[in-house]
Amino acid sequence: MTIDETEAVAKQDPAPTGTARPVPAKRKSGGEGGVLNVFSHGMLVVWTLMVGVPLLWVLWSAFKDSNGILTDPWGLPTSLHWENWSNAWNDAHMGRYFINTAIVVGGSVTGTMILGSMAAYVLARFQFPGNRFIYYLFVAGMSFPVFMLVIPLFFVLRDFPGGSLLATYHGLILVYIAYSLPFTVFFMTAFFRTLPASVAEAAMIDGASHTRTFFQVMLPMAKPGLISIGIFNFLGQWNQYLLPMVLDQDEDKYVLTQGLAMIALQQGYDNDWGALMAGMMIAIIPVLAVYAIFQRQVQAGLTAGALK
Amino acid sequence: MQHGKYRFVAGFLALPLIVYAIFVISPFVQAFQISMTDWSGLVGTAEFVGLDNFRRLWESDEFWNALRHNIYMLALIPVITLGMGLFFAFMLNVGGRRKKNEVVTGVAGSKFYKFVFFFPQVISITIIAVIWFNIYNPDPHDGMLNSFLGTVGLDSLQNAWLGEKSIALWCISAVMVWSNVGFYVVLFSAAMASIPREIYEAALLDGAGRFDTFFKITVPLLWDTVQTGWVYMGIIALDAFALVQIMSVNMGGPDGATDVMPLRLFQTAFRDSQFGYASAMGIAMLIVTMAFAVLTMRFARRERIEF
Repeated sequence: MTIDETEAVAKQDPAPTGTARPVPAKRKSGGEGGVLNVFSHGMLVVWTLMVGVPLLWVLWSAFKDSNGILTDPWGLPTSLHWENWSNAWNDAHMGRYFINTAIVVGGSVTGTMILGSMAAYVLARFQFPGNRFIYYLFVAGMSFPVFMLVIPLFFVLRDFPGGSLLATYHGLILVYIAYSLPFTVFFMTAFFRTLPASVAEAAMIDGASHTRTFFQVMLPMAKPGLISIGIFNFLGQWNQYLLPMVLDQDEDKYVLTQGLAMIALQQGYDNDWGALMAGMMIAIIPVLAVYAIFQRQVQAGLTAGALK
Repeated sequence: MQHGKYRFVAGFLALPLIVYAIFVISPFVQAFQISMTDWSGLVGTAEFVGLDNFRRLWESDEFWNALRHNIYMLALIPVITLGMGLFFAFMLNVGGRRKKNEVVTGVAGSKFYKFVFFFPQVISITIIAVIWFNIYNPDPHDGMLNSFLGTVGLDSLQNAWLGEKSIALWCISAVMVWSNVGFYVVLFSAAMASIPREIYEAALLDGAGRFDTFFKITVPLLWDTVQTGWVYMGIIALDAFALVQIMSVNMGGPDGATDVMPLRLFQTAFRDSQFGYASAMGIAMLIVTMAFAVLTMRFARRERIEF
């Protein structure tokens, strides 16, 4: 070890215990660890800024007037322009888009969880002819590119018996449910398999029907799985862009992502940017709240999604 | 236990299966049918044209241009994203100050870093596109990036970004990397946490440097996860629809420089009403995606290391 390195260690590693009397071999790794530690933190802080600053910029721009956003993009707001939020909510119709999104996502997450866990429960715990086939039919859906499906899907909705489902809440809800089923069934089937069979058997011996056993015994036991996959579906459906783009072309029924894209695409550089930023915050806040509360489940759930 | 079993099974499966069959399975089958017609969608007449749409596609410069852009992105974006993800995950898990009795530790605040890094993953791609559209604003005062470069005295690097034909595609690719790195940091961190500490300890005591341990222990042991991430990231690189649609000049511009397959499909179908031809593009995309996934699985396979 050179003198420089020793000095570096002394400067950078003030931890008195543990490193105070190291054996030679350990001193080497300790010194290297110290330098690496500073380097690590440096790189990590740089990336934190790269990610955090653009997001904070949306937040503070939501309180600036358009002029301030354009002429001084880096400046902090000189005064808080709360009117951006009401402009976004009312004039830019973000309020309506928010409510549309809430209705659709509320319905579709509920529907996805109920239908998904019903199918998964049956597939996980009952032997019957065609079980494997139906399971793989669902799971295969994970590998269909949605882009390939949107054209026929548009016509399935348009020509739906009993009236077009295009630009309706229930049409969008049904589509969101259908496209969330593959992963939900996959995930929940694996989850139901891990639950002990004895509890369900006991309930049946006590005279509960299959249906009752499912709703009163198995579903409560599956709560951790339901929460993970529920959050996963909430985030995916709240942020969905392509499906509403194609299936929901009536401006009154737009969801948030469409509304934002439309405002951003149409506005050009001389309109109400403050309202656009406030509108983005309106779309971000529910997601941020869910993420902040369920951070661990969100990270686990989404990464489980990648390893399907 | 057997009483009413089949009735129960059928009752529970009926509704999910019907919804799934109508909205996922039937469009999948129809996509192949529509791709062999000249359907313009609005009037009910669709003539069967066989593989005509595919021949037209093969001869279409526009589609090859879009496909080429997707392939450039496919070659570059996963390497950078996964590389950065591995690097940061390693920093978070192994880059820490050495504590008593522990040779390998994570840095302080690794939970905070993961929280921030992961955040772009949970917000909508439309919001990300709008944010970066503003960052890339070409005006030297209005644009965040240009005004930042001006402030730190790097005026020579100021650029029209999305308006500059030679770099517009890479500006959009950078956003894809930006929004996905955090995901892989979390994914790889979880995988690294399951590697037994003793392996690192043994290697470090044997005199291996941190960088040796990274390339000779961490990466090989994570290879399965890396491979999955590669496929996943490749599929994202083959998409890029929302980013290009919202950020690019004139949808895929300037002058077609950022056009991608999904945007071509979307425009052909819902702007030009050429549904048969657009469906053929969809099938082509399916083939490209499948080919990519199969090739990755085939060439990235290594002997699995058990630990």
